[in-house]
Amino acid sequence: MHGTHKIVSKSQLSEEVFRIEVQAPLVAQERKAGQFVIVMYDEDFSERIPLTIADADPVRGTVTLIFQTVGASTHKLALKNPGDSIVLLGPLGNPTHIERFGWAVCVGGGIGLAPLHPIAKALKEAGNRVTVISGARTKDLLIMQDELAAIADEHIVVTDDGSFGRKALVTEPLGELCRRAPSPDIVVTIGPPIMMKFCAETTRPYGIKTLASLNTIMLDGTGMCGGCRVSIGGTTKFVCVDGPEFDAHLVDWDGMLMRLGTYKEIEKEAHDRCHLEMRIEELEAQGDGARAPEKEPAK
Amino acid sequence: MSHKEEYIMDNAEVELARLRSAPVTPKVRMQIPPQDMPAQDPSERRHNMDEVALGYTPAQAMLEAERCLQCKNAPCIAGCPVRIDIPGFIGKVKGGDFLGAGKIIKKTNLLPSICGRVCPQETQCQAPCTVGKALHSVGKAVQIGRLERFVADYERTHGAVEVPNVASPTGRKVAIVGAGPAGLTCAADVRREGHDVTIFEAFHKSGGVMVYGIPEFRLPKVLVQSEAEVLESMGVDFELNFLVGRTRPLLSLLREDGYDAVFIGTGAGLPKFMDIPGENLVGVFSANEYLTRANLLKAYMKGKAGTPIYPSHRVAVLGGGNVAMDSARMALRLGAEEVRVLYRRTREEMPARAEEVEHAIEEGIIFDFLKSPTRVLGDDKGRVAALEVLSYELGEPDDSGRRRPVPIRGSEEIMPFDTVIVAIGNESNPLISQTTPQLQVDRHGHIIVDERQKTSVERVYAGGDIVLGSATVILAMGEGRQAAQAINEILQ
Ligand SMILES: Cc1cc2nc3c(=O)[nH]c(=O)nc-3n(C[C@H](O)[C@H](O)[C@H](O)COP(=O)(O)OP(=O)(O)OC[C@H]3O[C@@H](n4cnc5c(N)ncnc54)[C@H](O)[C@@H]3O)c2cc1C
Ligand code: SF4
Ligand code: FES
Repeated sequence: MHGTHKIVSKSQLSEEVFRIEVQAPLVAQERKAGQFVIVMYDEDFSERIPLTIADADPVRGTVTLIFQTVGASTHKLALKNPGDSIVLLGPLGNPTHIERFGWAVCVGGGIGLAPLHPIAKALKEAGNRVTVISGARTKDLLIMQDELAAIADEHIVVTDDGSFGRKALVTEPLGELCRRAPSPDIVVTIGPPIMMKFCAETTRPYGIKTLASLNTIMLDGTGMCGGCRVSIGGTTKFVCVDGPEFDAHLVDWDGMLMRLGTYKEIEKEAHDRCHLEMRIEELEAQGDGARAPEKEPAK
Repeated sequence: MSHKEEYIMDNAEVELARLRSAPVTPKVRMQIPPQDMPAQDPSERRHNMDEVALGYTPAQAMLEAERCLQCKNAPCIAGCPVRIDIPGFIGKVKGGDFLGAGKIIKKTNLLPSICGRVCPQETQCQAPCTVGKALHSVGKAVQIGRLERFVADYERTHGAVEVPNVASPTGRKVAIVGAGPAGLTCAADVRREGHDVTIFEAFHKSGGVMVYGIPEFRLPKVLVQSEAEVLESMGVDFELNFLVGRTRPLLSLLREDGYDAVFIGTGAGLPKFMDIPGENLVGVFSANEYLTRANLLKAYMKGKAGTPIYPSHRVAVLGGGNVAMDSARMALRLGAEEVRVLYRRTREEMPARAEEVEHAIEEGIIFDFLKSPTRVLGDDKGRVAALEVLSYELGEPDDSGRRRPVPIRGSEEIMPFDTVIVAIGNESNPLISQTTPQLQVDRHGHIIVDERQKTSVERVYAGGDIVLGSATVILAMGEGRQAAQAINEILQ
């Protein structure tokens, strides 16, 4: 049986953000901007983790994934090294609809800057004028800045704490752009759901078409489980086969945010346990007689 | 094992010896009671994932086989979707030639250890059985399914599983999309003719619903795995984590990758919901999601599995089929204190296998018949808090001949729950048809095929749930086999 894929390179972009390049020639060849993959760190016990494709090299036959260690599963993924194999399924979802809109504003937040890059690039190549708004909590979490700066006609950078660029949320410059005349023809936003929600609220009064790439809970990613459902304009849609991009003004953001929190408590517990285990591993690896704390009994 | 179980088993040996001490007339055969299936004690099994039914002992199997009248017209065969020579294999069991029995079954059924466990025998082979008819009860028919299971298990545990012969290579290539029962059967039959076969499967494990849907306690996963291993030893290639339509377009397989024919066995798709308010609240799951978490992703192994499962106390399961039974029994095993199945009709109309319903009742699942929810109510955090439920009564028969449930006005009541599992069926999987516009589908999205399973696209065949809607393992296998015959003919 085949089906696992080798990690060919790995780097750490910040304390919490990792970049891996995975051998997957067919995925590299087929994928288009806006699509994602599902990965598993092993075939037995791993969660299925949806990650948007940051980049692909059809010649080398690799795809690049950028992820933040937000929970136990992404932590375990981050422990994988070049030469290790992981499960990877894709490319999933519908590609971003790219055309010559005129002026396109691409808003990315945190880890969302990675998947924003191929979309901004495709929009640029289709002849759009592209403004990129990059946002992050702090300077350390601003990724893909050189790449984005290289394609953007205009690049606005904000951080929550002001450690780099403007001290602001992305919605502030977005609002300013909306008030320019003429206003943007299209806005694309990828990032934390709460950020996308507020981007939608920012553009709504101006009637500017706004697309958001949704990152719901997913299992199969093939249209079988229904776990990824969200309400769009009052009808239930499935993000893995109908999305991942939807009209941001029609998304039921509050419903989606609630569903994303389904496993919050369990995940927090797993995450804490995972941190503890990693700490134990570290201590054991030091081998200097440092005593590992007692393992918390598995619940 | 309980005393009751031990008694059943020991008793069979005594009975068998007694029976065989004198000539066995048909009248005597009819007097032998159907052999009970030894099972784990309900109070124990509701806390574990191990298989519930334990299988016949050899003596029990031989005693049960003695009940068969070896009818000349064998109505049971007509009731079997793949026409197993039922009296033939039962005759071998009676004589103690269990491996011989296995050979007869395998002529037409590739996966007997699975079918013996999951087929709805009471509506198939056992429905027309002469013994059952004479005794006026399907439940008293010869227990064909249990015998099939016994024979298949005997073969496996005695290391006697034979790898089917494969003809010399033809140089032809066939792609199978989906490793469920339809795809696996088609793959085996095409491979036997010497063609190269590759199975493309979206998940990281093969088996389809048999691994992600049907729980371990009903169908141990090692069985499914060992069936896939037989295919591997026949030289069938598995490409896992490969989504045809996305990883590679369907038609590229034919046009660029050198495949001479394709079989689509992608199974059922998107779960149906009730379309009532509150269905997107936290704590409402499709049965597919709930079971996939628990089975395929092993969420029941807390601490080990990365995939979380919702901590439930009071669970409502909506539906009356196998999927509903599996969800309810799974929820119980995952620690729910109370699990209720809400079904709009009555027990008689439930499509679930009779044995599963019995097992569910024994385990303490509560059935609320003639009830269906009208709303899911949430708390201030958007979590399920209750269902508003409407009661029904049976009215005139509908097209299917079943009496139609009619709502009783003003009968709404509020039932507290924290989890709702929706098990009311599936739409079809949209992916292949979305990405292959040439492929004709009906208005439900099911792929349209002719009587030989051929689709509207040359050299592309389809079968199983993607054609039939939600069907059964055996019907999916039957279609896979039918398609294989057609493919083998065009590749001659
Ligand atoms: C919980 C549950 C309990 C059931 N209980 C019973 C029972 O007791 N008895 C019974 O007879 N039947 C039962 N059924 C029904 C039975 O399982 C199905 O009818 C049968 O599995 C259908 O087989 P299939 O081969 O058509 O599809 P599936 O078993 O659904 O397999 C399809 C496979 O194709 C893969 N796939 C889908 N799309 C693609 C793609 N584009 N590329 C690659 N791979 C793809 C899927 O991942 C899957 O593995 C049950 C079903 C469920 C859900
Ligand atoms: S109908 Fe029943 S009794 Fe007759 S051959 Fe079949 S299994 Fe035996
Ligand atoms: S992730 Fe399962 S249907 Fe979308």
